[in-house]
Amino acid sequence: MPPHRHVGRLGCRRCGVPGSLVGEYIRRASREEEPPLFALLLAFVAVASILPLAARWMGPRAFYVAALPPLAACVWALSNWGSLAGGGSVEEQVEWVPALGLTLGLRLDGFGFLMVGLVAGIGVLVFVYARAYFHEGDPITGRFAATLLAFSGAMLGLVLSDNLLALFLFWELTSITSFLLIGTNDEKAAARSGALQALLITGMGGLAMLGGFILLGETAGTYSMSAILADPPSGTVVNWALVLVLIGALTKSAQAPFHSWLPNAMNAPTPVSAYLHSATMVKAGVYLVARFSPAFADAPTWRPIVVTAGITSMLIGGYRALRQFDIKLVLAYGTISQLGMMMVLFGVGTPEATFAGCTLLVAHGIFKAALFMIVGVVDHQTHTRDLRQLSGLGRRWPVVAATAGVVAASMAGLPPLLGFISKEEALYGLEQTGFAWGPWLLAGVVIGSALTVAYSARFVWGTFGPSEGHAGAAGEVVGPDAPHPGRLFVAPAALLAVLTVVFGLVPAPVDATVAHAYESLWGVGPERNLALWHGVKLALWLSVVAIGAGVALFATRIRVERLQGRMPSLPSAQGGYDHSLRGTLRGADALTGVVQNGSLPVYLGVILATVVVLPGAALIGSPISTELWLADSPLQLLIGLIMVVAAIAAARVGRRISAVVLVGAVGYGMAAMFEIQGAPDLAITQVLIETLGIVFFVLVFRHLPDRFEQRELRFSQFPRVAIAVLSAVFMFVFTLVIVGSRTEAPISSEFLERAVPEGGGNNVVNVILVDFRGFDTMGEIAVLAVAALGVAAVVRGNRRGPHDGEHDDDDDDHDSGDDGSGAAHESSQVMTGTDAGDSAEETAGPAVGQPVRDAAGDDR
Amino acid sequence: MTRRSVILDICVRAEFHTLIGVSLYLLFAGHNQPGGGFAGGLVASCAFCLLFVAGGEPEVHRVIKVPPTVFLGGGLLLAVLTGTVPLLLGDEFLESAIFSADLPLLGQVKATSVLFFDIGVYLVVLGVLLMLLEQLGTADGVDHDPVEGQRGRTT
Repeated sequence: MPPHRHVGRLGCRRCGVPGSLVGEYIRRASREEEPPLFALLLAFVAVASILPLAARWMGPRAFYVAALPPLAACVWALSNWGSLAGGGSVEEQVEWVPALGLTLGLRLDGFGFLMVGLVAGIGVLVFVYARAYFHEGDPITGRFAATLLAFSGAMLGLVLSDNLLALFLFWELTSITSFLLIGTNDEKAAARSGALQALLITGMGGLAMLGGFILLGETAGTYSMSAILADPPSGTVVNWALVLVLIGALTKSAQAPFHSWLPNAMNAPTPVSAYLHSATMVKAGVYLVARFSPAFADAPTWRPIVVTAGITSMLIGGYRALRQFDIKLVLAYGTISQLGMMMVLFGVGTPEATFAGCTLLVAHGIFKAALFMIVGVVDHQTHTRDLRQLSGLGRRWPVVAATAGVVAASMAGLPPLLGFISKEEALYGLEQTGFAWGPWLLAGVVIGSALTVAYSARFVWGTFGPSEGHAGAAGEVVGPDAPHPGRLFVAPAALLAVLTVVFGLVPAPVDATVAHAYESLWGVGPERNLALWHGVKLALWLSVVAIGAGVALFATRIRVERLQGRMPSLPSAQGGYDHSLRGTLRGADALTGVVQNGSLPVYLGVILATVVVLPGAALIGSPISTELWLADSPLQLLIGLIMVVAAIAAARVGRRISAVVLVGAVGYGMAAMFEIQGAPDLAITQVLIETLGIVFFVLVFRHLPDRFEQRELRFSQFPRVAIAVLSAVFMFVFTLVIVGSRTEAPISSEFLERAVPEGGGNNVVNVILVDFRGFDTMGEIAVLAVAALGVAAVVRGNRRGPHDGEHDDDDDDHDSGDDGSGAAHESSQVMTGTDAGDSAEETAGPAVGQPVRDAAGDDR
Repeated sequence: MTRRSVILDICVRAEFHTLIGVSLYLLFAGHNQPGGGFAGGLVASCAFCLLFVAGGEPEVHRVIKVPPTVFLGGGLLLAVLTGTVPLLLGDEFLESAIFSADLPLLGQVKATSVLFFDIGVYLVVLGVLLMLLEQLGTADGVDHDPVEGQRGRTT
């Protein structure tokens, strides 16, 4: 960075140093331009931060407090309903990092409204449900409620962001909160590994997506999503960018081949499964595909990937759901299947399919959240989720069973429910694509729907029906004497069941929402209305076929299960995840063993050799300064001579302590040179550093032998000698060249000029340190503090083992190394005595390897 | 530290406060004359090193009762706050302001807000040294903590 007029201020635009979001906000608030959307998001953060405290004296009732921000979001979205008609939107800009083009552009349009409705509406119900799910006095209540609300805010930010970078930020926030929520029961190994798996897979996808966003943004010249979609760029770069974006979307929405994390995420408490892993977060990928499809569906990379992944997931998910005995896993695989159907509908990128996709988004959010809530009720009251054990619950809990029956029928797509309408729309939409492969896709979706009918029946019958002679049925039967759940516990699911019936019979509210969403995506209003009865058309016949096939699959379930058991096991996504994880760990171990072998001479050699080779190569052919003179005063000559003698002696002496003192002498000589040149600040600092350096070498040397080991020159030491000589020659030539190679005027004159008026100090060195370059200094003291903590950690860690003290390291890192060399010493002691590969594994073990190994060991 | 030299002991006790005084002088004078937070912190560090050489860890602990991390964290916090306060007042991060006042005895005194930043630097430098003294200064495996000893090796 060349010197310029803004030195010393953080917010300097030319330096690109970021300003502060909070500062910006406060400034705007003080001018009374408070943006309501941004304030809404801040409310989520604010309430989330007080929840742990609130939970301490309110217990689970704190969930009611947590329900307030989503409720406010609902009200706010509804109050803006009027401005969304005709593809309108509510927009708001908050400058964040202008240098990066990072604007927190928030935008509510029709599709955003639909998503806000899902996120905030189901959010309120989930919080009410969580209040009943958690026991009084459960210590994790506060933490859980705060994280769940933080997720809620992040998800809201995700669907409201117009800037791609801000969207990415919220995207990752949802991944992180999902990780924390899956791992809520952190003493369970399965929960930890499930959390890690979700984070690794969605995090990997998120990074790919960021790459895609950057390619897109740089090609389009803007990071505003609405601007990019209004005028979509094209070309090879964009095609690859779309692949990267799709990786993000497919991982987030648990699509094949990345779907393995979702079943393992079922280790989370059920409110999390109902909220994140069915109704909202897993729909983020679908959301992104829906946004991008109208603009990018014709790109050569788009349809093949989305549609293939979607239809594969739909079939795999449905097939796997039929094999599960854990009712939560039945639903999890069902979610993968349904998300696959949404991917197909949005990814195809035709208006009719998009319309169907929007409808399915709403229908699925309603019935799947309700189903998970019911699983939570069953699990909470009976302590099992195994459908082979559950028996007779239907007779004991008729209301719960009826609720489950209704929402499962909606999932299966039976009339007169909302699920039926959405499936009819889907079949109609895919019938209208006009592609040559359209009929195949339609056939795939019909098979998927048949599977959906079968696993919906399996879920209801397995949970609430009588116990059957399942193959290998294990354990005692649970159910007939299960305690009744409280009303509040069932109410949210029952409300959703009522909604799925009402919206089925009177689809007008959903129709209006979907129409707005459709219009915001395609720019024109839909030509269709949602209705229960569209007449006897192909879609209806296909529905009949799907339902009939599904019922047949369920009726012959014993035979189907046996058949599934006999099928050769296909390569599973879980296996792929395990293999790649193990491979990565092994590769990291091997690499660490090579790169960090623990030998100080090797480290130092590599550093010096790099210095000699890289800048050294640039020196070849450079002119040596012509303005050279030997010395300004005889005193300089004398000091120089002393320094040379001390340096040579330091390399020759046999005792460590003598070497350190001699190196110190070189440093003091340097300080004297500074003083002669009129730089008292440098001289003072140099003297002090040398003194302290010697003290610390002495402290460290108490652990080392008195003398260096091999003093006689051996052939094996030749490379070291060569590196030493070459770096000395390099430094010499470098100095000669550098003195004469100045082309710009030195910045010191500018600093001298400005020190007194702007910095208020006559000592320019100090003014530079604390004012002009204050931010650098802040970074440096932070590094100092971290280094000190690092030394403490290494030394303390090292105390656990005996000191073997067999070193032959000749480091004479005398200038800034008083702390650094101490750390290196100690770490080298940790390393010595063990094989390089082993030691790498050992150091990586407790920090990173442990949870990962849990994950790898947990074969599903 | 089995033997203690009486002469060293006395000298150090006599010198210690002078050194701290010098370090504070360097800290406060630094904006206009040679010195500053870094140099001041180093002089204070040297003073504590002398204490350590003369009396070992107990001697250092006698003077400073709080753990070194307080200096590290406090210094960093002060530096960050110096940067943040102007931000809250609507200026840029780390924006400096110049104050001057007429004080009795001292006459006109001019100070800049970065003095607080410099104090932060001073504290961090001193904290680093105290930390290192505490960690490297103890003799071979003196404080063998059984819990610490097991950590990490068991994998």
